[in-house]
Amino acid sequence: MKELVVISGKGGTGKTSLTASFAALARKAVLADCDVDAADLHLILQPEVRRRESFVSGREAVIREADCAGCGRCAALCRFEAISAVARDSDGARVFRIDSAACEGCGVCTWNCPAKAIDFPERTCGEWFVSATRHGPMVHARLAPGAENSGKLVALVREQARETARQSKRDLVLVDGPPGTGCPVIAAVTNANAILVVTEPTVSGFHDLSRVLQLAAHFRIPAAVCVNKWDIHPDMADRIEDQARSAGAVPVGRVRYGPEATDAQRRKLAVVEAGNSPLADDIRVVWQNWLDSTAESGEKESR
Amino acid sequence: MKVVITSSSQTLAEPIDMHFGRAKYFILADTETGHATAHDNAQNLHAAQGAGIQSAETVAKLGAEAVITGSVGPKAFRALQAAGVKIALVESACPGTEALRRFKDGELPVLDSPNSEGHWV
Amino acid sequence: MSSSPSIAIASGKGGTGKTTVAVHLAAWLAGRGHEIQYLDCDVEEPNGHLFLKPEIKAAEPAAIPVPVVDMNRCTACGKCAAVCEFNAIAMLKKPMVFPELCHGCGACTLVCPVDAIREEPRDIGTVETGLAGPIRFAQGRLNVGEPMSPPLIRAVKIRRDPAAIALFDSPPGTSCPVIATVRAADFIVLVTEPSPFGLHDLTLAVETFRPMGLPFGVVVNRADPADERVQDFCRQQEIPVLAELPDDRRVAETYARGELLFDRLPEWRDRMAALWARIEERL
Repeated sequence: MKELVVISGKGGTGKTSLTASFAALARKAVLADCDVDAADLHLILQPEVRRRESFVSGREAVIREADCAGCGRCAALCRFEAISAVARDSDGARVFRIDSAACEGCGVCTWNCPAKAIDFPERTCGEWFVSATRHGPMVHARLAPGAENSGKLVALVREQARETARQSKRDLVLVDGPPGTGCPVIAAVTNANAILVVTEPTVSGFHDLSRVLQLAAHFRIPAAVCVNKWDIHPDMADRIEDQARSAGAVPVGRVRYGPEATDAQRRKLAVVEAGNSPLADDIRVVWQNWLDSTAESGEKESR
Repeated sequence: MKVVITSSSQTLAEPIDMHFGRAKYFILADTETGHATAHDNAQNLHAAQGAGIQSAETVAKLGAEAVITGSVGPKAFRALQAAGVKIALVESACPGTEALRRFKDGELPVLDSPNSEGHWV
Repeated sequence: MSSSPSIAIASGKGGTGKTTVAVHLAAWLAGRGHEIQYLDCDVEEPNGHLFLKPEIKAAEPAAIPVPVVDMNRCTACGKCAAVCEFNAIAMLKKPMVFPELCHGCGACTLVCPVDAIREEPRDIGTVETGLAGPIRFAQGRLNVGEPMSPPLIRAVKIRRDPAAIALFDSPPGTSCPVIATVRAADFIVLVTEPSPFGLHDLTLAVETFRPMGLPFGVVVNRADPADERVQDFCRQQEIPVLAELPDDRRVAETYARGELLFDRLPEWRDRMAALWARIEERL
């Protein structure tokens, strides 16, 4: 089984639009949307949810106000600025509250509360789904607003996608990855067979590409690079491909700037499904080149 | 000698779980007597992070001198080394009984560096 | 007002023009003589510097405190490993610390009965500070391969000087690094674009920020008269639309070069003036 991951470094470069087209071109893939913080692939692929599970990760501290003596030890010990006095009660004692969004789930307040007034329940951080789409099974997820994007949900979506591929006898998992270089991206690329970085010919794209290629090198994953909207700044497109080569990555093609991407999105179609266009042709070439470039790593069993 | 075999079920007849850190069960087996007991590793299966490290701790507490599995990440490797537990590798998910026999016959390579990047850092 | 306001520029979706809005607002405000601080909290991909081109004067490491166990004192009781929610300490023959998993909460130090644990800093990134003309500039740069960004974001934000108007350039999305950025901001500007993806991710951002009780408004970037879905959503939700910035290939081209738009497209000065007026009336 082969697991191919599309990432971008900088957000908004067209990663998901390309992934949707790749899903249509791949035909027999299992799709995984690992951009769990801002998942958009489902807007194109319109999945029918077949299985829905909640995602529980870590814990969060909650003060039982009735038992709280207002001593403030929790607020003094919390290193995440999550606890503050919000009011005084009728006896004049301070009332403390924990900001759930800031709580790191470390338990320091819970273990050290003299009145044992702080509960520490498990935290539901989102949901994940296994669905059917017109281009094959899809595993996707939704992170609860403000939840910690720990990478664990990303790892879980990938694992479920591989499991789905094994069960449905499909030998390709296509992953729409998250932007950035932090924890969710690391979770999306570790042990993958190959990654494709979708970038754009801008100073930001150039800057972020170098960080994301360092990451690929760090985890020893073969990387390919696609310059989207290349004609906005052709010189920069050249520079980006040079940079890619010197970082050991393979340029696999360019996609032009055009309204077709957003138009297709509005019709809930991948660009390659929305009729013939030069943009669609560009995408077909990129997909074929990327597949060819990963042919050698294909025999390595994805873990 | 006591060894732990990572498993997706509670019996040695079933295939080995190839992932050390998030294996569902640890089966503690005695290579002399053949006596085997299953130990649940479910808590680590759901750990937000550091599952491999906690799994290493569990293996050490069970008193095993070696673990038989498919892949071990860098942190679990360091932890197992610190605990003095040897790591023997199978290349595919064979039944636990077969892995144990091959281990006794000295057919399994012993890992001297981690062979997995871990699920995420 | 006793201190100047802080404004976070955020977006549910990446690439909608968050940094474009932030740097132009900063440059326009500075041009009007306001004292401005630009704090780039998008520490995985800090890009504001590419446009503001600051002269970096200082780079300080940002660190989180991680435990070091004094083995001479340690009695191997195992309490430190048991209390760690992040599995950063394993109890083998003695405790073994995995600093890369440590969140720096201090639980182990507090629980150790024999005071055998002290803390040492572990670098996770750098905070760079300098000047971009009159704009006081700070940015975090997360070490590549480092998963934890909120402590670095907090380290950027403590550079905030209440005497200046602060602009926080936020990471995209709605998860913990975004929360770390927008917390304690006086106002959030959400930049979006009129596409199905843009609207969907805006909806998620609204779901995130509304329960936090922070005031926010929306900037529609690359506005398209043929697609008013974002504006319709904002009307329904009673969210102020602060500005509509038209779609213009020249903007994309100028941005690509890392140049500010004011020379080539002077009307952007008026746009920023109008945007600031809409923000100010909500502070």
